[in-house]
Amino acid sequence: MATDSAPLKEPADAAADRAVTGVEPLVRFDKVVKRYGDHVVLDQLDFTVRRGEHVTLIGPSGSGKTTILRLLMTLEKVSDGVIWVDGSPLSHVRTPSGALKPAGEKQLRESRKKIGMVFQQFNLFPNMKVLQNITEAPVNVLGMDREEAESRARELLDLVGLSQKVDAHPSQLSGGQQQRVAIARALAMRPEILLLDEVTSALDPELVAGVLELLGDIARNTDITMLCVTHEMNFARDVSEKVLMFDAGRVVESGTPEKIFSDPEHARTREFLNAVL
Amino acid sequence: MNQSFNWEAAREALPLLLEGFRVTLLATALGTLVAAVLGLAVAVAGRAPSRLVTVPVKAVAEFVRSTPLLVQLVGAAAVFSSVEPLVVGIVVLGIHYAAYTSEVYRAGIDGVPQGQWEACRALSMSPRRTWQAVILPQAVRNVLPALGNYAISMFKETPFLAVITVQEMVFEARKYGADHFVYTEVFTLAGLIFLVASYPTSLLMRKLEKRLGH
Amino acid sequence: MSDFLSVLGEEFPQVTSGLWVTLEATVLGSLLALVLSFTFGLMAGSRLLLVRGVSRTVVEFFRGTSLYIQLFWLYYAMPPLTGYELTPLLCGVVAFGLNYGAYGSEIVRGAINAVPRAQYEAAVALNMTPFHRMRKVIMPQAWAQMIPSFTNLLIQLLKCTPLLWLLSAADLMTAIEHVRSRSGETLGTYLLLLAVYFVLAYALTLLMNMLERTAKRRLGLHTGAGSLLRTRTAEAAATAGGTR
Repeated sequence: MATDSAPLKEPADAAADRAVTGVEPLVRFDKVVKRYGDHVVLDQLDFTVRRGEHVTLIGPSGSGKTTILRLLMTLEKVSDGVIWVDGSPLSHVRTPSGALKPAGEKQLRESRKKIGMVFQQFNLFPNMKVLQNITEAPVNVLGMDREEAESRARELLDLVGLSQKVDAHPSQLSGGQQQRVAIARALAMRPEILLLDEVTSALDPELVAGVLELLGDIARNTDITMLCVTHEMNFARDVSEKVLMFDAGRVVESGTPEKIFSDPEHARTREFLNAVL
Repeated sequence: MNQSFNWEAAREALPLLLEGFRVTLLATALGTLVAAVLGLAVAVAGRAPSRLVTVPVKAVAEFVRSTPLLVQLVGAAAVFSSVEPLVVGIVVLGIHYAAYTSEVYRAGIDGVPQGQWEACRALSMSPRRTWQAVILPQAVRNVLPALGNYAISMFKETPFLAVITVQEMVFEARKYGADHFVYTEVFTLAGLIFLVASYPTSLLMRKLEKRLGH
Repeated sequence: MSDFLSVLGEEFPQVTSGLWVTLEATVLGSLLALVLSFTFGLMAGSRLLLVRGVSRTVVEFFRGTSLYIQLFWLYYAMPPLTGYELTPLLCGVVAFGLNYGAYGSEIVRGAINAVPRAQYEAAVALNMTPFHRMRKVIMPQAWAQMIPSFTNLLIQLLKCTPLLWLLSAADLMTAIEHVRSRSGETLGTYLLLLAVYFVLAYALTLLMNMLERTAKRRLGLHTGAGSLLRTRTAEAAATAGGTR
């Protein structure tokens, strides 16, 4: 029967985790599999992220890091397994019999409310000026009052250091400026979880530091949970409390940045760090 | 007054339509040939060293492209009234479409890397040899799907020839319709014949486009 | 020649009213074609196989059967078959609209597909509804891309309007034919007619270039004033082969 193919309750070890820490994990991957045809990208992946935690995902390219963020943003569908966010399945719904089935667009939109994402290539809307890029979704998705959305957008632009670019077109901005606007745009939706997908990879080297500094400020001054895929090991060291090392669709090693960078246990982690540092 | 489809008339008209369809195909084939050759000549002339050649050539092509085929046909048939209408039709179709195919060739020629021209100059090849042996073989391969699509377009515009009394399929359809007052049947049949002939051809062209990587 | 000019002078009111009929057919036909382009182009992107299938069938049907035959079918075959009769002008508008709407839907479909997938993803990440994504993010970007191809189609449609003469629709060509038969001047008459069409085509191209410029400016892309005077030659080779 298809009805008992997925678990009814959250996994047993979530309860155990809660017993130890006293906090329920905000994000939990439960035996998540992602396949493209025959190619397995994520292989029975399990990991958790606590509320307020700043997690950096590292690993060689093709190890499935970006796929994790795309699954969380519901840009891709899981092939098997369940992603839990705040105790609810992210891309599944419960049938009356209690089993889980893939969610429709309506439920997905409910799930996306908590999550925001910043992309490698910024992906600002070229048909909107900077201000509208930031206010469009708050006004038309969250139903926020336009004046309120605009004044908040100006505050956010102030935060990212671009208050003088309110009326610019995205095409008139440098890569670093565009990425700052993209960060402001994501923050304007007041996400609980912010996904950062190689946000500095497309930037000229001299612009990287400013964006990283901004993200560090956000990490320190807000309670937003962050999942960050990056090749910037400094960022991983300075901002995150937890580093997950991925290889071939699995977590090879996890721990504090100090531990991972100074005393990695796994041979693959050592190889990888030697190659990038 | 409503009346149902007259199958009897359709069956009777079909051989006549197919007879006319042979003329349709002939006009398309020869018209495409004219367009393919003349278009190439226009494209090459458009690259001539002197503006005395390029400017008028481009202006005429632009004019032909921007004015209605039907008016060109009717005008040419009236001015050259002593010439066989089918010949006038094929030539006008060819010229009209040459104005388009020349642009296709131009894009194909522009697509040949500048280094190829420079290599020819370095080898002191004559302009004629440069075009023949180096530029055109590279340019023409890429233009085949576009030329094919224009041939299909031309095929669907051959009914215009009926206006200058070329006895192609639509001419036969109109004649039969007028004689027996059964327009519905003959025009439906003629439309279906066009569909049956053009749809598989356009699928073929799409396949060719994919194969050549457009 | 003086004969020709005096006849032209006498027939001038008919010629101008014929010009209006031709313009009317062009404008109404293009508007219908525009509506159908978006209808079938958007249907082609539907998730439902049935909706996509209907769009594909209608588009292939009207592309595959010749415009000329569609026009004559509407004029001659539809009245006895259905009991409905359209005026010649309306026949033209409907036939032009259906035929060029079918070609236009391919432009709409292609332009929507050409908007980078990343734009769609950014809109999903901001939790926009599918309709909101299409209206505010995808369509404004696709629109700027569609305009040059739409310009080509518009000129093609304009060039088909002399077909109205065959339905005696009192269009420009009908009026000019009248001048020709009265004056006996063949070459001059047809050259005049061609020249008028050339001017119309050029004016429409200019209008469309202005539209394109506005759409591009909205995307933050600025084009010089020289781009307005550009003719369709550059795009013709790139797009007309497939969309004509």
